Amino acid sequence: MDIPYTVELRPDTGLYNAKVGIWLFLASEVMLFGALFSAYILLRVGAPEGYWPHGWLNVPLGTANTLVLITSSITTVLAWVSLKANQFGRFKLFHAITLLCALVFVGIKSFEYHDKFVHYEFTLKNGKFADGHMVENKLKQDGNSFTGYAVIRGHVVEDERELYDLNAHKAPAHEDIRIDGAQIAKMGNYGPWHNTYTAIYFTLTGLHALHVIGGAIVIGFLWGPGSKLWETDPERFTNRIEISGLFWHFVDLIWIFLFPVLYLL
Amino acid sequence: MSKNENHPATAHSVRGYLIVYVALIVGTILTVWASFIHFPSREINIVVALVIAGTKGSLVAAYFMHLISERKMIYSVLSCTAIFFTGLMALTLWALHDFPSLTVTH
Amino acid sequence: MTHMEATHAIPHPGVHEAHHEGSGFWRGYVFSTDHKVIGLQYGFTALCFLLFGFFLMLMMRWQIGHPGQPVPIMGPVLEKVLGQVASRGIMSPDLYNSFGAMHGTIMVFMAIVPLAFAAFGNYLVPLMIGAPDMAFPRVNMASYQAYVLGGLIMFTSFFIPGGAAQAGWTSYSPLATSIPTNGQTFWIVGMVLLITSSLLGAVNVIATIIQLRAPGMTWMRLPFFVWAQFVTAFLLLLAFPPLEAAALMQLMDKVAHTSFFLPTGLAIGGTLANVSGGGSPLLWQHLFWFLAHPEVYVLILPAMGIVAEIIANNTRKSIWGYKSLVYSILTLGFLSFIVWAHHMYLTGMGTRISTFFQTTTMIISIPSVVILTCLFMSLWGGSIRFNTPMLFVMAFLPMFGIGGLTGLPLGFSYSDLHLHDTYYVIAHFHYIVAPGTIFALFAGIYYWFPKITGRTMDEFWGRVHFWLSLVFMNLIFQPMFAQGMAGMLRRMSDGGANYSAATLGPDVSGGLSSRILHLNIFILWAAVGLGIAQVPFILNFFWSIKHGKPAGSDNPWQATTLEWQTPTPPPHGNFATPPQVYRGPYEYSVPGHDRDFTPQNEPEKA
Repeated sequence: MDIPYTVELRPDTGLYNAKVGIWLFLASEVMLFGALFSAYILLRVGAPEGYWPHGWLNVPLGTANTLVLITSSITTVLAWVSLKANQFGRFKLFHAITLLCALVFVGIKSFEYHDKFVHYEFTLKNGKFADGHMVENKLKQDGNSFTGYAVIRGHVVEDERELYDLNAHKAPAHEDIRIDGAQIAKMGNYGPWHNTYTAIYFTLTGLHALHVIGGAIVIGFLWGPGSKLWETDPERFTNRIEISGLFWHFVDLIWIFLFPVLYLL
Repeated sequence: MSKNENHPATAHSVRGYLIVYVALIVGTILTVWASFIHFPSREINIVVALVIAGTKGSLVAAYFMHLISERKMIYSVLSCTAIFFTGLMALTLWALHDFPSLTVTH
Repeated sequence: MTHMEATHAIPHPGVHEAHHEGSGFWRGYVFSTDHKVIGLQYGFTALCFLLFGFFLMLMMRWQIGHPGQPVPIMGPVLEKVLGQVASRGIMSPDLYNSFGAMHGTIMVFMAIVPLAFAAFGNYLVPLMIGAPDMAFPRVNMASYQAYVLGGLIMFTSFFIPGGAAQAGWTSYSPLATSIPTNGQTFWIVGMVLLITSSLLGAVNVIATIIQLRAPGMTWMRLPFFVWAQFVTAFLLLLAFPPLEAAALMQLMDKVAHTSFFLPTGLAIGGTLANVSGGGSPLLWQHLFWFLAHPEVYVLILPAMGIVAEIIANNTRKSIWGYKSLVYSILTLGFLSFIVWAHHMYLTGMGTRISTFFQTTTMIISIPSVVILTCLFMSLWGGSIRFNTPMLFVMAFLPMFGIGGLTGLPLGFSYSDLHLHDTYYVIAHFHYIVAPGTIFALFAGIYYWFPKITGRTMDEFWGRVHFWLSLVFMNLIFQPMFAQGMAGMLRRMSDGGANYSAATLGPDVSGGLSSRILHLNIFILWAAVGLGIAQVPFILNFFWSIKHGKPAGSDNPWQATTLEWQTPTPPPHGNFATPPQVYRGPYEYSVPGHDRDFTPQNEPEKA
């Protein structure tokens, strides 16, 4: 006995097995990201007045990435439509674009990550805060004291909160600032450890990026070696494209919420 | 492949998909634009952004993921999920904001 | 029907032997995609973990009963394997904490759930619904592999410097994050794998039940066991991801030094911790209990399913109130998602939210009572066959009753103030899981053993196993109620000795009376007794595989459900011909039939 309904539809549910499977899996994904979103809300609501960041991320890059993912979504659905219409060549073309989009997305995301890792905040001994991208780092740390110097491209502020709401304050022109080790009380870059915002930002986008990469690997396999199935069992292959497409749309859908929540609000 | 035809015919739905695509792009531009408007309070910004995101998300789910014409079984699974998702969010937030009246906070 | 009954005794070349995927040891036993092999793999691995978790507990009980004295027999072994933390064979408090945390983790996530859900579910669900296999055989294999990997990581963590996780199976932050060893990191990574395994398993079980029911197997003809597995799978599917999210965040806290669960101003060891702060420790508890309360039902529902099957078979009559059972279990599953914060009354929640959770907690006891009542009512007027599986089931009913009813005082925030975190809680949930679920699992093993091996387990030694287990289980857990009500806290490595000594002064009443503390020694020996009581089971189990009494037919218990209408053991693909279902699952003693059982696939007589 072979497993029934792998390709044909079960009469009473009107579904084939993998369709049920992928939707169940996506339901669990909803709960996974749902829990992270509630963590986001909680951390944001719990942050002290004026200490939840606004405008820390690059909106043009985020917008570009949103458009990239939306484009990959339409090509995914068109790839499936092409198979339905028996046009294998167009399927190849559309999913090639999907894969390209995935690559661009991950590329832009890595650039943004890198930008955060070279971005430093210094708490100075005179109570002021220096903030900017590292240009030259000749600091040596010994316990809590620093020697040497660092050059950053950025600015110095009196009130740390000015660093948080970049939308409200007109950022002064950034200039190269030299900071001596002796001035520094504390320093750190904008990694996940910086505050709860960067923590949830890196966790959410990191998990999302893993989904993008995972989805791209699956689609890449179906586009490349996996597409041999088209010769022998076109219906089953079309179903596989539909299932992987559903996952890809879900990844797109998550990003549609991540973008405003992390970049804009 | 006719056996597997559980979705509306595909050839003319390409136009539908393209319309959704354009709507999504417009939505993206709209939400970025709205975020630069200073509404009287930030809450309005949040609501506007979430409404746009919700609309875009629904478009993706309804048309790209074909939820608009899916089977009952899928709807049942997803409604359960939606209920528990809401429960998780709502009850957690409620619990964390309902303190005994004499709690000292700072 | 006759071709089904052609008595196949003992393992025989199944009709579909030729179909058997690949041959050889590796494809056949290790990387198999056959649901029955995977079920047995799960079962065997989980039973090993069950025994391991029990040994951890035995050593803890020694430490509680005789604090600071070398553990007999195992002491030198501990010292040799674990080194400093067990010097001179004495369990250090750190080691005690590790064993405590890992006992809980192993028992819940690596023993009971894999046994009740993955092993029984994998083996029986496809057979009971008349399917050739699970819907996604390769996903099934991946699920088992993720489980083994997660289990290995957990097990390995005992031997890393600093030992395994020490913050309890609940792993509350900031404690879990601030213990400076790597045990917690291993725990989290292990958990993520175990969760992944459960999710894959849950998707598979649900899809199988929805899609692969045999023709005629309508929803209301499903055996109750299948319903129980269905609801269980949904609980795993939707409740586990929030814990996975929480585990990822705790991993970030531990590895990337974020502060998801670490509040501002957190001091560790008297100095301000070097963290950014701003996090919420309660968030962890919410996300943890959002899983862990449904998890309680994951532990008990499959057991109820097993119990219903065995009761119907051994009373030779239909289950009383099948529809009530089905609707109750659905309600139970649904409500189990909105009761979780009754584990958190002491976190300073407000009265309104407490009231909400008390209310839902009380409501959820209604379907539980309906289920238990239906099962009791099913006994009424039956001519009961008291074989070993039935004995375990008969014990399950009152034991689960005790466990359930003692939960009510914990569901009220007012009485919970006193009982929270005492041995009362331990006694309560162990009554549910140990003489409850584990008894049902024993019953299931004795009951389905003939289908798997073609031989029955020895009846006499089964009874010895049953009576000794029943007595010792109660001797272990009953005294804990008394200890808990007297105020003895859980998680104290010396069983409360120091605590009592510190608070008892000449003018001070309080602390724990010596009678309460002496119960520790009593419980220790009861636990040793329970350990000895398992020896007949283990020997019986392995001996019977090769030398047990031949079952004599494919359907030795004369059961109605489909798993008994297959060759023994079921070949790859399960059924010789695709079964067609004509009737409900429990048609026993139907008037006018020549036999007292009518299998589901027996056609209506013309």
